[in-house]
Order: sequence, then C-alpha cells, then structure tokens
Amino acid sequence: MGEFLKYSFRFIALILIQHFLLYQIPPLHHMALPVLYYVFILWLPFNISRGLLLLVSFITGITMDFFTKTPGMHAAAAVFIGYLRPFIINFLMPQQGVEFNYREPSVQSLGMVPYIAYAALLTLIHHFILFTIQAFQFGDFLYLVVKTSISWLISLLLILSIELIFHRKQKFLTNT
Amino acid sequence: MRNLFAFIRRYAIFIFFLILEIISFSFLFRYNRFHQSAYMDSAGEWTGQLEEQVQDWRIYFSLKKENEALRKKVNDLQNQLLQNFQSADTSTATPKTDTIKIDSLEQYRKYLYREATVVNNSISLPNNFITLHRGKKQQIKPGMVVIGPSGIVGVVLDVSDNFSTVMSMLNRQSRISAQLKNTGEMGRIEWDGVSPERIQLKEISKGVKLKKGDSVITSQYSDFPANIMIGTIDKIMLEKSTNNYLLHVRPSTEFSKIQNVFVVENLQREEQQALEQKNKND
Repeated sequence: MGEFLKYSFRFIALILIQHFLLYQIPPLHHMALPVLYYVFILWLPFNISRGLLLLVSFITGITMDFFTKTPGMHAAAAVFIGYLRPFIINFLMPQQGVEFNYREPSVQSLGMVPYIAYAALLTLIHHFILFTIQAFQFGDFLYLVVKTSISWLISLLLILSIELIFHRKQKFLTNT
Repeated sequence: MRNLFAFIRRYAIFIFFLILEIISFSFLFRYNRFHQSAYMDSAGEWTGQLEEQVQDWRIYFSLKKENEALRKKVNDLQNQLLQNFQSADTSTATPKTDTIKIDSLEQYRKYLYREATVVNNSISLPNNFITLHRGKKQQIKPGMVVIGPSGIVGVVLDVSDNFSTVMSMLNRQSRISAQLKNTGEMGRIEWDGVSPERIQLKEISKGVKLKKGDSVITSQYSDFPANIMIGTIDKIMLEKSTNNYLLHVRPSTEFSKIQNVFVVENLQREEQQALEQKNKND
C-alpha cells in the first residue's frame, strides 16, 4: 500500500509539474521544449509485469493529454517507450541479479553510465515520436531533427539534475 | 484453433501494445477531424477546475502588466465616445425633440461583448488551446470569437457547462481573414507552428506596397469585428511558386500573458449564414 501511495504521489507531481510549470514557462527558444512527465515510466519498478507497464504508460500519457487537450499525442509516445523499456533494461544489464537486488532503475542500481544510456535512449525515442506526431501536417525533417535533439538534451539534463538533487533511496532487497 | 491461442498467448504483450497504440492514434485522428468530441467535453470540465485554482495564484505575478493593458483599452474606448466629438452647430432648422428611444439602437447591434477569465493557456505546442472560465451556462457558444485587450486571441471551439476551450491563433488549424491597414489588401492569417512570436500572413499579392512595421487588422469578412489589431509586419519574404508575399507578422497579443479576454458574439451571424446557405443550395 505504501508503494502504491508513493507511485501515485509521484505520478500526480510529475503531471502537474509538466503541465503547470514546464509547458507554461515562456520558451527560451521555440526549439527547446522541456518534457519530463515520462520519467514516471522510467522509474517504475523492475518487477512490474509488461502488461501492467503498458497500461500504466497509456494512463500516464492520456492524463497528460487531458491537460494539453491533445488526445492521443502523449499517449502514443508513452505507450511506445513503455513497450521498449524491458528490452532496453535487458540490453543494458547483461549481468543477472540487479533487478532482484534493487527495486527500480536509478543511478545506484544500474550504475552511472548505463543509467544515462537508459534515460537517453528512451528520452530520444519518446521525443522523436512526440514531435513527429506534433509536426505531422508539415513534415519538415530538419526542423524535426533539430527540435528533437535540443529538447532531448534539455530533458536529459533535467532528469540528471533531478537524480542529483532528489536522491532516491534504494533499498537493497534481501531475501530474509 | 490451438495454434491460434498459442499465437495469441505468445504475442499477448505485443498485441496489447498494438491495441493501445491504435487507441491513441484513433483519438489523435478523430480529434483532428471532428472538433466536438466527448473527450474534450469531459476533459474541459475536469481539468478546468484544477487550472482555475492554479491560475488564481499565478494571476498575482502579472497584475501590473494586465492592469496597464486594460487601462490602455479603456483609454481607447473613452476616446471613441460620442461626447468627445463636437462641432459648431450648422443646422438652420428649428430643433425638434428627439423621439427615438435610447434602446432602439439595440436591434441594430451586431457584436455583443462578454468578458471572461483565462484559466489555462499554452503556447509551446503546435496546436495551442486556451481555456476560459465561462461556458454554456454563461451564454458561450462554439464559433464565437475571442479578443484580448491588445488584439485578437482565437475562436471558441468547445463548451462545457462552465468552461470553454478556445483555439488560439497559435494553432495550425487556425485561419483568420486579415487585411493590411494602410492599403486594405485582404489576406489570410495562419500559423506554421514554429514560434509564438511569428504568425504568417498569406495571399497578399506582390504588387502591394508595404513595409516592415505595417499594421495588420481583421477584415470585415472574418468572424471577428472589423479593424481589430492582429499584429505588425515583422519580415517580408516572397513565396516561392506563387505571385504572393509570405509575410511574418508579430502578434500584438502577448499570448504568454493573457488573463482577461472578451468573448464576442456576432448576433447577425445566423441570419447571414442562413442566407448564404440558401444561395449555395439553389
């Protein structure tokens, strides 16, 4: 029950921060759009079943869409990274046992470099899908690439600074 | 049959993934085609409550700017009052008492203004919407236009009981008929989804004389009242493959700061549309 509360709180906080803060700040530049809400999906526990992971990703995306009034846009991107997440975790962690020792992906459980790779890869995929859908009607490829890469960099910096500021305590799980 | 079940079980996750993606994309495409979806209706009421709370706090940070803009608007209106204009009396006939009732002007009224508060606003997406705290119960209908203190804002798209969503001028589906103030040339205002400080004015032919800084106003063909400020020309370019200019216009409304707007109802719109429809059908 405590876990459920923790995740609900995180969910609400991230959605509200995204909508009322990150989407509202006057843009530094129209190419730079900080997106952070999907960190909720990155931080879900290792032992979540894949079906539930997809469902939670969908709910996260569609809730975001409720606020931005763009039905389906965030949901499509969120479901996609929800689907790819298990593959990327498996790919980045060939050594067995980490997911049994730690609860969720973090710098502590994955290690600095794999964690950055994990966040960077999923962020890149998410942003690319999100901006492709946004730019659907005019399809200027260069614009899409530039916007994705700049926003990708900003979002990644945000994720890493959050990791540094709010140190997520990872309990080392034992069998006893 | 057993193979089918084995297949479904094996690829259950992938199928689930596909189903969720299909749901998302169907939302996306359905919404783009039909604005009035049930989704927006419930979403508007549900998130509107929350957005109003946040707006209540945020409003304090730009009170001064907002006050200035409104004072300027009041000043403009004050200057338009009839009592400011007076000329020497040139009439020779004996004055008659005025028998017209004051209210008789009301039947000629075309535009009715209603004020509304902005509770949510976005500028960073390619299709931006604004939420107003005024809805069906407060006489807002889809199709009414929205004007801010310093220029036009957008068009009402959906209404719920107490809230309404407005398609901002910063929306790729927005089309507004516009006009150059100096020469009266008609064009169309669009947004390419790139920068909130740059909208596009199209269909102005190359022959027209214009320069940077010229004002662009609403035309009398648009749903907006005529002669309302849209913005000033920022950059002049030529459109490839046509004989027209492609003009970048800086909107006079600062979209990141709007708080109070007017929703304008065109009271003669139905009559006009009915007549035009009749012509089309004949």
